[in-house]
Amino acid sequence: MKHSVLAGLLAWAVCSGVQADSATDEIARYREMIADGNPSELFALQGEALWKQKRGPKNASLEQCDLGLGPGVVKGASARLPRYFKDTGKVEDLETRLMTCMQTLQGIDPKLVIDAPWGKGEKETMQALVAYIVTESNGEKIAIDMRPPQMKKMYELGKMAFYYRGGPMDFSCATCHGDKDKRIRLQDLPDLRTQAGAAAGWGTWPAYRVSNGQFWTMQHRLSDCFRQQRFPEPIYGSDVTIALSVYMAATGNGGTVLTPGIKR
Amino acid sequence: MKKLLLAAPLLWALQGVALANDELRPAFKAMLDASFKTTGIAAKYRIYQLDFQAACSQPKPPPASVQKAIEAAQMQTIRYPADGHYFGDWREGEKIAISGRGLTWTDKTPTDNGGGCYNCHQMSHHEIAYGTIGPSLLNYGNVRGRSEDIIKYTWGKIWNAKAFNACSNMPRNGDAEILTEEQIRHLMAYLFDPASPVNKP
Ligand code: HEC
Ligand code: HEC
Repeated sequence: MKHSVLAGLLAWAVCSGVQADSATDEIARYREMIADGNPSELFALQGEALWKQKRGPKNASLEQCDLGLGPGVVKGASARLPRYFKDTGKVEDLETRLMTCMQTLQGIDPKLVIDAPWGKGEKETMQALVAYIVTESNGEKIAIDMRPPQMKKMYELGKMAFYYRGGPMDFSCATCHGDKDKRIRLQDLPDLRTQAGAAAGWGTWPAYRVSNGQFWTMQHRLSDCFRQQRFPEPIYGSDVTIALSVYMAATGNGGTVLTPGIKR
Repeated sequence: MKKLLLAAPLLWALQGVALANDELRPAFKAMLDASFKTTGIAAKYRIYQLDFQAACSQPKPPPASVQKAIEAAQMQTIRYPADGHYFGDWREGEKIAISGRGLTWTDKTPTDNGGGCYNCHQMSHHEIAYGTIGPSLLNYGNVRGRSEDIIKYTWGKIWNAKAFNACSNMPRNGDAEILTEEQIRHLMAYLFDPASPVNKP
């Protein structure tokens, strides 16, 4: 029952959105309508179960995974990611950190995640885990620890990547996200150079996408932007995606995390 | 690969530009190399830059002298229609302006691309789903007139926007082989034809 009502609302939001003057108004109305039920809840529930479930060659759960605040601490963890981890010697975002935990605790080969298509196999597992973890940071402040030199370097590399033009259309991230109050067709584009824009753009992902009924992680969002940029495909969890994430998250520092978001 | 060989003055000018983060360049290049893969028609070499793309990859545009050099070099790439025919069918032009398809790793062929003009420009009196990265082109023919200069300028702008603004956000539709000459003719008709919804309320 809950499902069919939801489907109806989604269909309504999508259809009426086409005629709307502003996509933003439409999303605001949609948000109101589902005020006490975000479609991502279903994914988050699955994710919580997966977090506790014994899986992989080592038949272990992820409950001892250290997302940066100590083993097993989920609350507030994703608001502080990406961060530098001493144990791996790397800057990791939520998804790469989860791959690390899946490998060390459960013995699951990261390649199974990296090579799976979006929404399939271990990527589906990843989506659910991400939905669970980011729900536990909803309402927190973006708090990226920029003290480690590794973070400063990633930030600089991310900024360079943000302005890096290439491909057959000469686009960079800045072509679409480097000015205020711009849109592509009817879609508003956050100005990711500014604190407010980065907080809004970074802080509302991962998100449930109304238009296709899918839950998208930040890695998925970035991959699709690179696709629109006409770049080659970024490898899942690769450093360019981490660097851009550090650049956006650090720029948005202090803003509010509203995750999982709800997007067109 | 002709586009890699820009005019000598540009190369000299570029050497004078102190790129930010020089010491991070090798790490940045290694990062890009390790981060991308070829999928479908979106080949990995697309991450390697043309000279002017590199010059336009900072928060601020390069110095005026560098911009001038880029514009002069890009101007050389413009190919005007050999038969002198600048106009096709505005109805076809509208379809090309609306379509944003093409050249991504989910597109099958490198031909039959859209122009994606509506991603960035307001154009007709009827289509409300337009982006705002570029200026409004509503009433283009009526406002700009239909002199030979304006017609040639507009063809050139569509062919290679960088010839007029070195770091323009607009793609080089002709030069980068995004659109064919035939498609550009249709877009020209869409912009100039008095019967086109761009010019007729
Ligand atoms: C050709 C245009 C284009 C380019 C280039 C582009 N994006 Fe996007 N981006 C979009 C559009 C359009 C949306 C909104 C998509 C939607 O709502 O479905 C978006 C959404 C986003 C969002 C989510 C914003 C929000 O408020 O929901 C982030 C973050 C983002 N892009 C980052 C990037 C980064 C980083 C790059 C460069 C690697 C990039 N984008 C390149 C067009 C682009
Ligand atoms: C990604 C953004 C983008 C796309 C896509 C784009 N343009 Fe543009 N266009 C611009 C910008 C920005 C300008 C303003 C001048 C400049 O910076 O080059 C411009 C300027 C123009 C001008 C000159 C306007 C004047 O008054 O001088 C014309 C004509 C034009 N565009 C036509 C087109 C057509 C036709 C297409 C599709 C084939 C197109 N544009 C696609 C961004 C874009």
